[in-house]
Amino acid sequence: MNTKSKNDVVITGIGLVTSLGVGVKAHEELLNGSNPITPVINDQLIPPYPLHPMPEIDWNDQIPRRGDQRQMGNWQKLGVYAAGLALDDAGFKDDADGCSTMDMIVCGGGGERDSDVDTIIIEESLKRNDKDVLLNEKLRTEVRPTLFLSQLSNLLAGNISIVHKVTGSSRTFMGEEGSGVSAIETAVARIQAGSSTHCLVGGAFVAEREDYLYVIEAINALETSPARPVWQRDDERGIVFGSAGVFLVLESKEHAIARGAKIYVTIDGVLGDAGSRDEASFAKRMAKLNSDLNISDEANTLVLSGTSGRSQAMQFEKDYLKAHHSNGTVRTTSAIFGHALEAQFPLGLALGAIALKNGSQFAPFAKDMDAPMSQNATKAVITSVGHHRSEGLATLSKA
Amino acid sequence: MTSPAFKDHMGRPIVVVTGMGVVSSLGEGLEENWNKLSSGISGIHKIERFATNELSTLICGSVDFIGAEANSIVDRTYILAENTTVEALADAEINGEFNGPLFLAAPPAEPDWEDRFELAGELRADQTEGSVYRKFLDILHDKPKRSFFESSQFGMVSERLADKFGTRGLPVTLSTACASGATAIQLGVEAIQQGRTDRALAVATDGSVNAEQVIRFSLLSALSTQNDPPEKASKPFSKDRDGFVIAEGAATLVLESLEAATARGAKIHGVIKGCGEKADHFHRTRSSPDAAPAMAAIHAALDDAGLKPEDIGYINAHGTSTPENDKMEYLALSNVFGESLNSIPVSSNKSMIGHTLTAAGAVEAIFSVMTIKTGTLPPTINYDNPDPAIELDVVPNVKREMQVTSILSNSFGFGGQNACLVISASPT
Repeated sequence: MNTKSKNDVVITGIGLVTSLGVGVKAHEELLNGSNPITPVINDQLIPPYPLHPMPEIDWNDQIPRRGDQRQMGNWQKLGVYAAGLALDDAGFKDDADGCSTMDMIVCGGGGERDSDVDTIIIEESLKRNDKDVLLNEKLRTEVRPTLFLSQLSNLLAGNISIVHKVTGSSRTFMGEEGSGVSAIETAVARIQAGSSTHCLVGGAFVAEREDYLYVIEAINALETSPARPVWQRDDERGIVFGSAGVFLVLESKEHAIARGAKIYVTIDGVLGDAGSRDEASFAKRMAKLNSDLNISDEANTLVLSGTSGRSQAMQFEKDYLKAHHSNGTVRTTSAIFGHALEAQFPLGLALGAIALKNGSQFAPFAKDMDAPMSQNATKAVITSVGHHRSEGLATLSKA
Repeated sequence: MTSPAFKDHMGRPIVVVTGMGVVSSLGEGLEENWNKLSSGISGIHKIERFATNELSTLICGSVDFIGAEANSIVDRTYILAENTTVEALADAEINGEFNGPLFLAAPPAEPDWEDRFELAGELRADQTEGSVYRKFLDILHDKPKRSFFESSQFGMVSERLADKFGTRGLPVTLSTACASGATAIQLGVEAIQQGRTDRALAVATDGSVNAEQVIRFSLLSALSTQNDPPEKASKPFSKDRDGFVIAEGAATLVLESLEAATARGAKIHGVIKGCGEKADHFHRTRSSPDAAPAMAAIHAALDDAGLKPEDIGYINAHGTSTPENDKMEYLALSNVFGESLNSIPVSSNKSMIGHTLTAAGAVEAIFSVMTIKTGTLPPTINYDNPDPAIELDVVPNVKREMQVTSILSNSFGFGGQNACLVISASPT
């Protein structure tokens, strides 16, 4: 084992786009107040499924070249936009050297398909028996090369390199919610070990996509309208997706101080796990993550639950929260923002960072679980319980 | 107290390869692959898996054995990875649970057309409005289809591997396009260097050859159309090269700290001595014409290994056989190695196995380890018409017997991905 003491890892930049707005400031204004937050939810875009749509975004703010915008679908644009906000917030936007040495880990899904082309192919296929021949005919003539690129998982990172010149390194992790846990865990481990000084980490998810929702509806996991309060979705279905682009700049404390950066919070630890989703195995894994991260049940702790809302996993998480956080205060991210899949865990870290930095007492997000806060939080725990697999925890403390 | 013999030049644990498994269009298993590769045999063949009407490319290096003729990309990708992991663990003499983390390079998952056509069979006559996905939503609302969900989950392949082989923790599934295999190895090396584990499983797999993939890469003018004869199409560094040949394959490496490997008496195949990466902001599918990012990745790998350019005895090139890559890679190599490049042989495994995309970096890392172990440099085949602008000793057409101790293995990919590995002989 390395005997050298580990470098502290801090968050110095947040890029945040959700259904509630664009940028940290817009979110702070809503979150710091004592009034309950009214979620932006729409059940008419893809009925009967409620979702939290993207807010109005002027892409030109962070993606100035139209040519770049044309090369991407909404998923990549949302990510590139949020990454730009994070760089701005951290003071790296005009720091060419800082960006050229900055590492990057994206937690990515897949990009959009060309729904029009796929619709043409399926409609035609109903009239013909030679489907394979038809497929070649149509794909050959209808697919646009740029749309293939907008589907590639690693091209969100690729576009961040092109638009924002972040080029120290570029890695893309996949695997739904767990990819967000692994991305942050890997970045933290590299900075702690001294092999990276600053790293852009995050992802994006677009909820208003028929070509993704149908995959989740294949197991009837989408909540239908009217959506029940999150913790009451206890028998079936449960997921209300929310669009979000979330990027964080993680940095060694030493590096951040040397360049005079503002520091939101310290990341004390991040760990993920996976395994059988029976009740006992799940509880055992969560308890182990909890103890490996030295998490204690204290009143000064804000717990940001990343529950997807899907029934069984959510019930298990509820048991974990009761067993390990009876003194802390829970805020249920998906009650306000919806479930942002790959971006959900980074979203939890962003919210935790904002709460601890400002000493703000977020008004409750969800019925039943979220109580008023009795004191300002100095620690935060972020949970990730994937809708189908993977778990993760992160711990933050006031810097 | 750890002996200094187990530490590298930066005081980190030395990471060694103790198990290897590989599948490519050449065959199943390391022995068959290495025998054919070093004999200059090509695995490229006519496409028989799907219809090729309208296509300008009619050849590929698909794996059409070991059950990998399965219909779905996710199933094929898993089958290939399972096969090479069984081989690698047997080679490493690790029985039972692996008990270390899994780093998996896998192609992005999405439903196959066969699945969509099957769903389309359930469309009702009254469904006339909206996109096909809107209609699928309605069908699946009424009649869920679990297999469809499973085949669209990115975390599926790694979960199946984790369950089967007993890896520890949350498996990482990654994509850095055509550099993915190298990145999987790099992540495993880092986990061991950081003291988070004594062993890691690096797996890279790609079973994604289907009509849509061929058409997509064709639209980007990336594929060779020299269809006849198939085995002559992939000709890296030749003047008449016109694109890569899309292929499938997988590779698994068992990585361990030298200390842990020594303690359990494992046989050591080689050392992953250095890893380097650098992103490129020039273009989505093209590399910077000045090759600066590729050069930076090579330099980073050499620095990480604590080696100088002259310490490298052989280069396992990315060498895709596209006009642009081979030109750019030569520029990068000539800038980094200068005059000494004249005396460093450089060959491309892709001349025989095509481009295994997500798997390539790991497949070629294993062939690099074998190059050191056997003292045999695999050739670049189909080198009949050298590109005069690329002055490399490409080990033309036939293998060469030559002992080398350190190899550079390059991987470059779409999206500005550049990852390089330095692989060295076993220290014992």
